Amino acid sequence: MTGRVALAAAALLLAAFLISPDSFAPLLEPLTRRGAPAIYTQTSLWSLTVSHLALVAGAVAASAVIAVGLGVLVTRDSGRDFLPLARMVTAVGQTLPPVAVLALAVPVLGFGDWPTLLALFLYGLLPIFENTLAGLTTLPPQVVEAARGMGMTPAQRLWRVELPLALPVILSGVRLSAVIALSTAAIGSTVAAHTLGEVIIAGLLSSNTAFVVQGGAVIATLALLIDAGFRAAEAAARSRAGG
Amino acid sequence: MKAAPRISRQGALFALIGLAGLALPLVQLRPNRIVPGEPLSLPAALGWPGWALALLLAAALLALLPARLPARAGLALAWPGALLSVLALGWAGAALIAPDAPLARVSPAAGFWLLLLAFALAAADALARLAPPLAWRWGLLLGTVLAGAAILSSGVLGDISVMREYQSRHDVFWREAGRHLLLAFGSLGLALALGLPLGVLVHQAPRLRGAVLGALNAVQTVPSLAMFGIMIPLFGWIAANVPGAAAAGVAGIGAFPALVALFLYSLLPVVSNMAVGLASVPQPVAEAAAGLGMTRAQRLWRVELPLALPVVLAAVRIVLVQNIGLTVIAGLIGGGGFGAFVFQGLNQTAMDLVLLGALPTIALALVAGVALGLLTAQAGPAPLERTAPA
Repeated sequence: MTGRVALAAAALLLAAFLISPDSFAPLLEPLTRRGAPAIYTQTSLWSLTVSHLALVAGAVAASAVIAVGLGVLVTRDSGRDFLPLARMVTAVGQTLPPVAVLALAVPVLGFGDWPTLLALFLYGLLPIFENTLAGLTTLPPQVVEAARGMGMTPAQRLWRVELPLALPVILSGVRLSAVIALSTAAIGSTVAAHTLGEVIIAGLLSSNTAFVVQGGAVIATLALLIDAGFRAAEAAARSRAGG
Repeated sequence: MKAAPRISRQGALFALIGLAGLALPLVQLRPNRIVPGEPLSLPAALGWPGWALALLLAAALLALLPARLPARAGLALAWPGALLSVLALGWAGAALIAPDAPLARVSPAAGFWLLLLAFALAAADALARLAPPLAWRWGLLLGTVLAGAAILSSGVLGDISVMREYQSRHDVFWREAGRHLLLAFGSLGLALALGLPLGVLVHQAPRLRGAVLGALNAVQTVPSLAMFGIMIPLFGWIAANVPGAAAAGVAGIGAFPALVALFLYSLLPVVSNMAVGLASVPQPVAEAAAGLGMTRAQRLWRVELPLALPVVLAAVRIVLVQNIGLTVIAGLIGGGGFGAFVFQGLNQTAMDLVLLGALPTIALALVAGVALGLLTAQAGPAPLERTAPA
């Protein structure tokens, strides 16, 4: 309960800050030096937040569709040959640092939003795929057998039994991807993506701690809210799946 | 009865990727390090020896096709295939760089990366099917690392752009490499020194659990860019205002802020896995130890900690791999490490320099991940526990 109240308070505070950043200026002023501005005004914080979230949402949605699709493919009878390979590629892929993936996307796509989107998409695939595999390969065999016994077609079993049962685990993979993407997107500003990282980098370049703090605080609050939102969705999916 | 397929579908995938790689340009030839260049395929770069090499590689790729191919044979094809692709890259570099154009650059293009990917996937598939014993896997890891080191030090790749960047700054490279390792391992060491006792404490005093893990979880949500950024003014202030702090090595610039940022990110996996590991010790075992008359300290040291070891090692793997990646961001705040090359390269739009920072980071993370994975497997089965800030 206290957790929910704290989250609601954080959400309200974030909304207030984004709608009227200037009213928070006195709070951030002690962090500035030599009369530097306390609030980043180069681009509106609101629009940076929106484009930051849009990048993350676009990338994670694309990763979710592809990763769940691939997860379903390699757990069907026809795709099982690929299962050991898929597991190994996922395990190895997750050791690749997101920053390095981002840096390698630049030669391919140039500067701007696109390399960030590509890196977030690629890196986001792995946790979702891994969790889809975990969800689909650890279903209770009795349930799958029962669905088969009821005369369901493979497609019906997938949509009505397997995916709903695996959904909580899949969602927790999506949550992990989203939280990682939120933080990696900030680094995307080093390659000229329009994200809240821009505020932090401006702060680093001009030694303005107030900028670093406000950019960081907005991203961290977004991460907490998104994390909590997905956890709630996981709990709902879990209770719907009857477990 | 359905006839068994004669072509393995994985093999078809690998061959497809590899053949696409052969069809695409292997290298890019550029007049200097900044301007875009001219893409060249393997035969275009090497003439008739290039054709021979391309045919050899194509044959190796097609040999991956049969469905009944034993995993060992797959490995025996993939390994030399990858090696040959790297050698082809080096030879193409040597053939294309004219002695009178010292500024010219040859860099690997899409075709090379696809070839390497095809053989790496084939090797991974063979390994996954072979599931070799641990000693074999250690041997393969060591062999791969040694082969990589041999190729790099032999000078075969000397005309490739990334190696050119290396040659022009090899002193700095090794200094940054040392810094990178120091940051990644140093923060891990600090996190273990403080996090393991904290994990034991959290396990023995469950009332603290929520507060400690909650706080550490909150630390993980701070975006890495902001975390590194905050440390500079914070420690600058401490060094300037707390007596004795500066003398103790606290500083707002250099590696210190980066070390602390990495340390903070490392705490959660260490503390939570230590607590989870201790909690997973079966009740009968703990009771039997108590029944033997062991004191609480003896039980902890002789029974519970050894049993929790695999879970703790899993945390060490997570932290090390994560820190090797996150250390790149230290380069942005003057903390050094391979990130210095990455961000310098991005600023100058010199992609060879970006690669000089990114490729060693990736190699380091892969080797650390595989090695610690093997160590963990050696220590016994471990439950999964993952956390990952970016």
